[in-house]
Order: sequence, then structure tokens, then C-alpha cells
Amino acid sequence: MARFDSLLEAVGGTPLVGLPHLSPRWRPDADGPAVRLWAKLEDRNPTGSIKDRAALSMVAAAEAEGRLTPGCTILEPTSGNTGISLAMIAKLKGYGIVCVMPENTSEERRQLLEMFGARIIDSPAAGGSNQAVAVAKQLAAEHPDWVMLYQYGNEANARAHFDGTGPEILDDLPSITHFVAGLGTTGTLMGAGRFLREKVPGVQVVAAEPRYGDLVYGLRNIDEGFVPELYDDSVLTSRYSVTSYDALRRTRDLVEQEGIFAGISTGAILHAALGVAEKAVKAGERADIVFTVCDGGWKYLSTGAYTGSLQQAAQRLEGQLWA
Amino acid sequence: MTVQVKIPTILRSYTGGEKSVPGDGTNLAALLDDLESRHSGLKGRLITEDGSLHRFVNVYVNDEDVRFTGSLDTALADGDSVTILPAVAGGSRESDIAGGSRESDIAGGSRESDIAGGSRESDIAGGSRESDIAGG
Repeated sequence: MARFDSLLEAVGGTPLVGLPHLSPRWRPDADGPAVRLWAKLEDRNPTGSIKDRAALSMVAAAEAEGRLTPGCTILEPTSGNTGISLAMIAKLKGYGIVCVMPENTSEERRQLLEMFGARIIDSPAAGGSNQAVAVAKQLAAEHPDWVMLYQYGNEANARAHFDGTGPEILDDLPSITHFVAGLGTTGTLMGAGRFLREKVPGVQVVAAEPRYGDLVYGLRNIDEGFVPELYDDSVLTSRYSVTSYDALRRTRDLVEQEGIFAGISTGAILHAALGVAEKAVKAGERADIVFTVCDGGWKYLSTGAYTGSLQQAAQRLEGQLWA
Repeated sequence: MTVQVKIPTILRSYTGGEKSVPGDGTNLAALLDDLESRHSGLKGRLITEDGSLHRFVNVYVNDEDVRFTGSLDTALADGDSVTILPAVAGGSRESDIAGGSRESDIAGGSRESDIAGGSRESDIAGGSRESDIAGG
């Protein structure tokens, strides 16, 4: 379906594309069964990220509950993408929007948010996203008329992936063996992961999370005292920790070998997917590994991620939130 | 069979300051025994008295969290990369950067102090900065 009455109806329904060059074994041969990688292109959503799904679902749920009514202001802690999605939806539906964002996120995200009419409140870089959550919670207490959708604990976030992302993947690739995504709010992994585990016996649900260096602090780290309310580790079968260097390296592999220009967090997810693929090859097992392309690379051009040597790019990325 | 083990700053006092040391073992438990034979005291910082992996230590084999792969029974192969990272306490982490106040430890309960011990080198702050990858 390619015709929609409004942009909001164009959320989801993203393509699943094979990666014949990066897959260890695209077709089965004498050496063993196929081990294939598939990219779910979530950058094809209206504002260019997977977060359109959660944002639309959370707004719809809040409207249905009567929490969100015409003229309301939405408040959300975000490192960017969720804010951009909410700002677009707020614009179309006539809501105000305030985003609390760590000050060390990329310039492009700021400009996009402002373009869509969001008001940005900075939270300290050193506190990362944990601090953004804390600031947002404080603002919510001070402004009882603002509606915080709170993606980290909002079931409608995970439901968007249980009802949308998961079924779309299964429809397109019934032979799926692994689902790999980023672990942030955990909405994607919890929602799509639960759906797939219900439908596909033995499916593996694999999380990738960034491992930052000394300069970057904070963030929504499960090991750092902030566990998103949505998180349930029994949904996962594996968890990878990926350095900035490896995330960048894979981001470049993706564009150089498959022509997919993705954001840096997608590189981290691909790194985990390749780890899973390598294990399947060693075990001589067939694998159809689906991973999410969370967003395109556009918003990260100013970080220098795509120019110069990998070492230079990794150095430039120190101190920045890339996921 | 050799694997390379990355050591966080906070534990480098056991490795003579080395960031990475070679080790040997068919699984993680055997590797830690081998490391202990050359770096006495290291194992005690990673393993609890009942012999399980300390709750506030993260160990990755080829970037994969061993808690999902059998913990200390995780098999190792020649050339594998093992990364040890402390899990950092919750609460304010500005104090970690400053390297001064221990408030964050208190805020986060005792989760870090077991591995961090006394010293508060800056690298514990840089150790396991894992976070939201999905771009919340």
C-alpha cells in the first residue's frame, strides 16, 4: 500500500532488505547452510527513525485514555529521535511539545526539533539520558498540565512493536531465526521480541548496547541504576556491548558494501548481528538474522562519523552521544 | 590456546598496569584460574564467595554478555576476546568524573564498591557506559 490520507498513516510498513554482501553465506553451499542478514529499514518512517512507531502509539494511547486532549503540551525526555517523531505528530495534531535533551547530542537533532516547533530544554551532558529523564520528571511535577508520555515505561511503546514491527518481520520472513535491535527504552526488543517468541519457536532475541568511552557519561544504562520500566530480561537471549569504534566500522561497512546509509547506533546493532552470524557459521546452523536500521546517517554527518580514518572518526565521537 | 583479556583501569593494579593480558582456558572459569596464577587477587574481585560471577561485574566474550551464554561455563576458543567491565553505580555520576565524592556509590547501594574497592580511578566511569542504542 502506497497511498495514505495523512503522513501519520504512513508510519510502519517498512521494507526488509537482504544483505548479500555482508552475510557470511547468502546461499547454502557445500560449506554449510545459508547464514543471511536482513535489514529492517526503519529510517523509511516519516521522520526517518524507528521512533515514529512508538511516538504514534503513545500519543494514540494517551488520547484514548483522555490524558491528551486538544491544546495539551507533551513533555518527553529524549536524545532526539523520539522528540522529532513526537514533534511531527504534535504539529499535525495541534499539541505543544517540550523535549528534554542532553546537551551533547548532535546539532542536526536540535535543528530538526526546532524546525518541527519543539521547545528544547537542555539537560547536562555529564548526566546523559538518565539526567534528561530526571529533569523531565521534575518538570512534569512542576507542570501538572503537561503530559509526559515517558517512552521508558509506556507500554504503548512496546505495543507498537508487538503489533507492528514484529508482525511485519514475520510476514516478510517466516524463516527468521534471530532478531537483533538496540537496547534503549527496550521497547523494540520487548515488543517485537515477545511477538516473535510467541510465534517462532526457538527464535533468538538479541540486544546491542553502546559501550562509551571515558568522556561520555550517563545514559539510560541498565547497569547504572536506571532500568527502563519496560525492560524484562527474560525476553532476551543474548546481549552485546559494542564500542564506538566497532559501531563506526560497521556503519561504514553497511554503506560501502550494501549501500545503506545508516546512523551510528545501527552500526552497533549490525556488529551484534555479525557476531550472531559468526556463531551460526561455526555451529553449521542455518540463520536468518533480522536487525533494525534505526535511522539514517543524515543526523550524524556533523559528528564526522563518515569522513577520515576510522580512528579519527572514533576520536571525534568521544564525548558525544551517538545512540 | 590463548585469549586476550581486556582489563578495566580499576583492576590494572593486578596486572602491573597492563590494559590487556593473555590468558588460557577452555571456559571462563578456567581462564580466571589461569589469570589468578599470574595476577593474584584479580579473581577475587570478579567472583563471589559462592563461586559465581559478581553481580556488578560484566564480562563479555567477543562483545557478548556471558550472563546469556552460561556465565562462568561460557566456552572459549583460541583468539577470543574477553572484556571485563565494572558496572557503574547509579545516581549522580558527576562525582565519578571529579573522582572525588563517593556519593554515587551510596546512591547506588553497594553495587560498585565491591569491584571498585577503594580507589576511584576515572576509568571506572569510562568502563561500562552502555546505554540506549535506539536513540531514545
